[in-house]
Amino acid sequence: MDKNLVKDTIAKRVALEMNDGDLVNLGIGLPTLVANFIPKDISITLQSENGFVGLGPAPAEGEEDKDLVNAGSQPVTILPGGAFFDSLTSFGIIRGGHLDATVLGALQVDEKGNLANWMIPGKMVPGMGGAMDLVTGAKRVIVAMVHTAKGTPKILKECNLPLTAAGKVDLIITEMGVMKVTTKGLLLTELNPEFTVDDIKKATDAELIISYDLKEMRTK
Amino acid sequence: MNKVIDIEKFTNKIKDGMTIMIGGFLGNGTPETLIDAIVEKGVKNLTIIANDTAFVDKGIGKLIVNKQVKKVITSHIGTNKETGRQLNAGELDVVLVPQGTLAEQVRAGGAGLGGILTPTGLGTIVEENKQKIVVDGKEYLLETPIRADVALIAASKVDKSGNAYHTKSTRNFNPLMATAADLVVVEAEKVVEIGEIDPDVVMTLGIFVDFVVRGENNG
Repeated sequence: MDKNLVKDTIAKRVALEMNDGDLVNLGIGLPTLVANFIPKDISITLQSENGFVGLGPAPAEGEEDKDLVNAGSQPVTILPGGAFFDSLTSFGIIRGGHLDATVLGALQVDEKGNLANWMIPGKMVPGMGGAMDLVTGAKRVIVAMVHTAKGTPKILKECNLPLTAAGKVDLIITEMGVMKVTTKGLLLTELNPEFTVDDIKKATDAELIISYDLKEMRTK
Repeated sequence: MNKVIDIEKFTNKIKDGMTIMIGGFLGNGTPETLIDAIVEKGVKNLTIIANDTAFVDKGIGKLIVNKQVKKVITSHIGTNKETGRQLNAGELDVVLVPQGTLAEQVRAGGAGLGGILTPTGLGTIVEENKQKIVVDGKEYLLETPIRADVALIAASKVDKSGNAYHTKSTRNFNPLMATAADLVVVEAEKVVEIGEIDPDVVMTLGIFVDFVVRGENNG
């Protein structure tokens, strides 16, 4: 699959997980694309953890405001009904159970719902930023990522990188399918028809339980 | 009380080895004039407490690049490759803290609390060497208060007594850091007369502020 199609496929499917009225935090990178595919019949509010709700799209060229950026330092807008606040309130929202969902990428995720996405010891140490709070506090944690790292599985029996949080992931959405974290392990509920069950099993280190009711991966 | 000082008087107060809290989020809402003055003075062995280390040419990043920092307590260093390089070379001590925990530790430092209890970091390396406390059957980490010798605050507008207003996404850590240091300095492009800021919109209270400096290039 083409790289952009992969990303759009994942973002479109994540968008279908959103419910009308949800307050959602989208991580930097691929998760940000989800905002482009929210179904027309629902309305969600986006939080930007640097200090506001009502995050809107990027401004038109020339309309950028240096005082209004997202958590990735990119110029953005705020929608009518939005509000600004300080970092205490921002993380009170996140930790306090006020956030319906957070969508993040992963370096590794495992069948117990453990997530690793903030460092590779000795190699890359960006820091956790707000990720640990988001994964700990959001009502639903959705991992949105490309299925493998250039062929190397990222969905594992057990993460071996330092964790972002233990046992907090609810759902994993990749270009290959949709996997639910259950007490019995990872349940494959939807499969992209571009791939076979064998394909996705080969690309996954964790044991996949194939749902009796396995569906075609939805993007609409 | 008029707290406006010139930049030289500010610079005189900054010494080697100080612990300095700096407001801002990736350079947005960061007191660039105050940082530039510290870069120019060249004091060393600073401990910096900040959300992130911004970029090599912006905000706190400039202090890192100029090798004035021995330790940084922060949530994110990924946007400044020099922080990573100094960390890997053993030149800089980096303590990574979840962003929400850092905010609450600063609040505790400024609000007279002995610490805060958070579930963030449980089951991760963040919990190492920390006390766990169970409340109503739920486990939390005890995170202790953080204070600094100096807090550097960026405001959009400040009155001469230090009452400040931070527009849009520039607020971030600024109002809380102003509560948690022995010396608090606010930089703003607009310095107005006392009474010109509506008390309803004051975000950083003048009662916490020691000095006000006119700045020209707030991030």
